[in-house]
Amino acid sequence: MLLIQCPYCDDALPELEFAYAGEAHIDRPKDPSALSDEEWRDFLFIRSNVKGVHAERWRHINGCGRFFNALRDTVSDRFVTTYKAGEPRPDLSGKEPAQ
Amino acid sequence: MTDFRVEGRGRVNRAKPVSFTFDGETYRGFEGDTVASALLANGVHLMGRSFKYHRPRGVVTAGSDEPNALVGTTRGKGRFEPNTRATIQEIYTGLTTESQNKWPSLKFDLGAINDRLYMLFSAGFYYKTFMWPRSFWDSVYEPLIRKAAGLGKAPTEVDPDHYASRYLHCDVLVIGSGPSGIAAALTAGRAGSKVVLVDEAAEMGGTLLSEPSVSIDGQPAWDWLASAMAELDAMPNVRRMTRTTATGYYHQNMIGMVQKLTDHMGDVPEGAPRERMWRVRAKEVVLAQGAIERPMVFDGNDCPGVMLAGAAQTFLNRFGVLVGKQPVVLTSHDSAWYSAFDMADAGAKVVAIVDTRESVPQALQNDARARGIPIHLGQTATATKGRLRVEALRINPVLNGKVGAGRVLPCDAVLVCGGWTPSLHLFSHTKGTLDWDAEAKAYLPGHKTEDVHIAGAGRGLWGIAAALEDGTKAGADAVQSLGGSAGAATFEVADDRTGSGITQKELPTDRSPGKAKAFVDFQNDVTAKDIRLAVREGMKSIEHVKRYTTNGMATDQGKLSNMNGLTIAADALGKEAPQVGLTTFRPPYTPTTFGAFAGYHKGAHFEVTRKTPIDDWAEENGAEYEPVALWRRAWYFPQAGEDMHKAVARECKATRESVGIFDASTLGKIEVSGPDATEFMNRMYTNPWTKLGVGRARYGLLLGEDGFIRDDGVIGRMRDDLFHVTTTTGGAAQVLNMMEDYLQTEWPDLKVWLTSTTEEWATIALNGPNARKLLQPFVDGADISADAMPHMSVVECTVAGFPSRLFRISFTGELGFEINVPARHGRALWEKLWEAGQQYDICPYGTETMHVLRAEKGFIIVGQDTDGTVTPEDAGIGWAIGKKKLDFVGKRSLDRPDIVAKGRKQLVGLLTDDPKTVLTEGAQIVADPNQPKPMKMIGHVTSSYWSEVLGRSIAMALVEGGFDRMDDRLHIPTETGGTVTAKVTGTQFYDPAGERLTVE
Ligand SMILES: [Zn+2]
Repeated sequence: MLLIQCPYCDDALPELEFAYAGEAHIDRPKDPSALSDEEWRDFLFIRSNVKGVHAERWRHINGCGRFFNALRDTVSDRFVTTYKAGEPRPDLSGKEPAQ
Repeated sequence: MTDFRVEGRGRVNRAKPVSFTFDGETYRGFEGDTVASALLANGVHLMGRSFKYHRPRGVVTAGSDEPNALVGTTRGKGRFEPNTRATIQEIYTGLTTESQNKWPSLKFDLGAINDRLYMLFSAGFYYKTFMWPRSFWDSVYEPLIRKAAGLGKAPTEVDPDHYASRYLHCDVLVIGSGPSGIAAALTAGRAGSKVVLVDEAAEMGGTLLSEPSVSIDGQPAWDWLASAMAELDAMPNVRRMTRTTATGYYHQNMIGMVQKLTDHMGDVPEGAPRERMWRVRAKEVVLAQGAIERPMVFDGNDCPGVMLAGAAQTFLNRFGVLVGKQPVVLTSHDSAWYSAFDMADAGAKVVAIVDTRESVPQALQNDARARGIPIHLGQTATATKGRLRVEALRINPVLNGKVGAGRVLPCDAVLVCGGWTPSLHLFSHTKGTLDWDAEAKAYLPGHKTEDVHIAGAGRGLWGIAAALEDGTKAGADAVQSLGGSAGAATFEVADDRTGSGITQKELPTDRSPGKAKAFVDFQNDVTAKDIRLAVREGMKSIEHVKRYTTNGMATDQGKLSNMNGLTIAADALGKEAPQVGLTTFRPPYTPTTFGAFAGYHKGAHFEVTRKTPIDDWAEENGAEYEPVALWRRAWYFPQAGEDMHKAVARECKATRESVGIFDASTLGKIEVSGPDATEFMNRMYTNPWTKLGVGRARYGLLLGEDGFIRDDGVIGRMRDDLFHVTTTTGGAAQVLNMMEDYLQTEWPDLKVWLTSTTEEWATIALNGPNARKLLQPFVDGADISADAMPHMSVVECTVAGFPSRLFRISFTGELGFEINVPARHGRALWEKLWEAGQQYDICPYGTETMHVLRAEKGFIIVGQDTDGTVTPEDAGIGWAIGKKKLDFVGKRSLDRPDIVAKGRKQLVGLLTDDPKTVLTEGAQIVADPNQPKPMKMIGHVTSSYWSEVLGRSIAMALVEGGFDRMDDRLHIPTETGGTVTAKVTGTQFYDPAGERLTVE
């Protein structure tokens, strides 16, 4: 079981307290009606599915209840870092984990 | 019966004899024996039949890697376990064991016919047979396999035992209590770290238990072991756990461990758990799991009496049992020579030491000659003789690759050693890499992903001195990683038995290799020939070879067979072993009971059962229950002699004619409050909320961003800045999660607070023409007359003196009220209404009647009449969409091309031609019942009931282009082969004008 750092509780807590919530940094368009069918399709369904460091959303659902973002390596299943909702994706250049 | 026990040897308690049974016969052993050691002491090697060919098999190992000696154990009523390793199960008086995979008896087994059908069962047979004609599979193959194969038999009774579960946190977890593990634990313990030392065996010591002649720090090995244990036990920061197997190594140094608590006890303390699952979070882990001895691969190597040399040494030194009185040792590693010496010194007449190597250290040869043991170097083994027990080994010299003439060595045991494989299963769980070490001819730990240290034979080191030295270093390293400091201890070791050896493929033979039954994987009956066949048939990766042959896929996960299989596959491919690859080990390390994983989560504790405040009343009044989400809900209230059909018909009739009372407390409830509550509601729900007045209620429809229906419910406006939102029973948590998601991450600027109030309120629904008459006398602070309180309104008042949010709404089509009172008053209010309702013949009804009454009105149930692909238009509730709203969740998707396309499945009513026929929910619908099979299915029945008020059946269905098929006749094939015909209609079957809502 992973330990996940909740950026709001500022504590590493068991995975059981958290729920995955999909890819991060996909903003809901301000005016969906202005989007073409293709653009709306991409917003709805197209995800990056990366092998490696993936920005994703988690919710501390059995804890403080807050949604936050995480960078997780999909190869090793390790959390690289977590950060609050609304914050930009941290720059990891030079800090990528080995393997 | 011959006694193979050796006086003065072993650690079993001779003062405590124990008797147990194996296949109905009683055997004697001593406290401290395993089933295997006790049977061997009685001269019994034959302990089972193999899985596929039903070949007679004897014990091969002395530990958890045992592939053959799997027995069924019975520890009292309901306590049967198949596939228990006889080498692990400790004996106690009363233990009952039996052999497996045999019929009618272990010594004469009809299933052994499979052995003659070898060609049918060879590599890839699973894949090949599936390509045969289907009929042949059904009629011939599957019955044959089912009868003949199978590993043990599954227990048939509910497991009466219970299983415990605990968490554990420590600085250093040391797994394996051989010399390196003990040294690591001593070093870390002395430095003050919180240490846990675990071992799967009943006793700690590992190799030391099998090597009593070594001396450490001037003490005999066993004395040193005793003082080391005493020192560890004296440290308050050290915990030792035996019979505890580390089964899995997970992320961030979490280790799953299963501790066997009572399987070794004749008298189990009342209420004691059978096993305990430990979830350990260790800051540092030391893996000191040693190495696993490999068998030799040659024709007849599975004959009972052929076993690992190291196992024979363990049976002798730890249990005081000679596995044979005239053993032959067949080896490619120095270690087996010492086994031969120990056997000889204990009184066995060692027939010969046969080594495949041409050169062996002179000291070993001298020691053998001193004991009068004949030596044969540069040899191969080409056959065994004997069916139920080995009688002889055929060996041949190998010169320049040529196999010479064979000679036969009569014997009663063949002790083999094909080298040692570092035990790195747990390390492999962490995705640590295993790198090929050309010198050691072994995979050794490479890149580490966890805070782990590997010590001793796991790193390819050999000998007690090396293990101790490496162990103390690992312990010191762990302490240093923790920020502490520890000096590595030093150990003086004398009479150490170091050595080396080689790894090889199947042994060469002078006979046809095609006829050899040279087993690589004993448990799955995989031979060297199978592996070569797999390579010939195109399998190039070891992962493919593994799956094609099932080598290493048995319950032992190839502990004995993987390296031999890899070596043979590499040879067949003409490559070096590392180029062929290595298969991955996965948890659990050894077979683990379901009970250990389930722990406390069984029976009533399997999951939560949520109960409403009125649940007790329903139980007292004979309700039948159904599970809805995690709730148990009253389903119907049968009276004497009633089945569900009769009870529901009566409940429906009573409600439509007078008044019914229903516990709706499970409905999800969310308070949406704050200055921006209206804006939030507008964005979440399809409906417009701005103009909904305080005291009014509206049906709310929630979509996903994809435009499909997610949830619905009536929403009341309590104040300008407060909405009382209801959700479906099963959807409450998801709706709140979805609302929180949008509020926190898309619209954090909105000043809105969301609070789950599902369990704060008890909700009682009164429905029927007498609902108001019944309710009115209880209400204070509100006028609930038809004029003052129209349909779809809400008021705060008191009901029977309890503060209440009172809704006038209806899910039945009748005049209806839903009374919310604080949960603690739910039952009191229910009883007051119940008592007063007697004058109206009030009828309690359950969820089934609720379903029927709403279906008569065509009200949908999300999740039953919708399935996650249904839009509001599809469901016929497009009216719930605020057409003027610029945006809400899911709005943009309602214009997607495939959402507006023709031919979508739409929700329609179905009336069967025969009104007495009630369709089956889930039944498929076709347009033409006479079309050839497979027919084109155009939809399915979502809801179907007997309607008492209409005197006929009704149904709803999702049908392709359903709205354009009104009055068409569709056909519903039934499971009995017939077809039911039904007419397509609208979904409002009863009172379509809605007149009953306003009855005075
Ligand atoms: Zn938190």
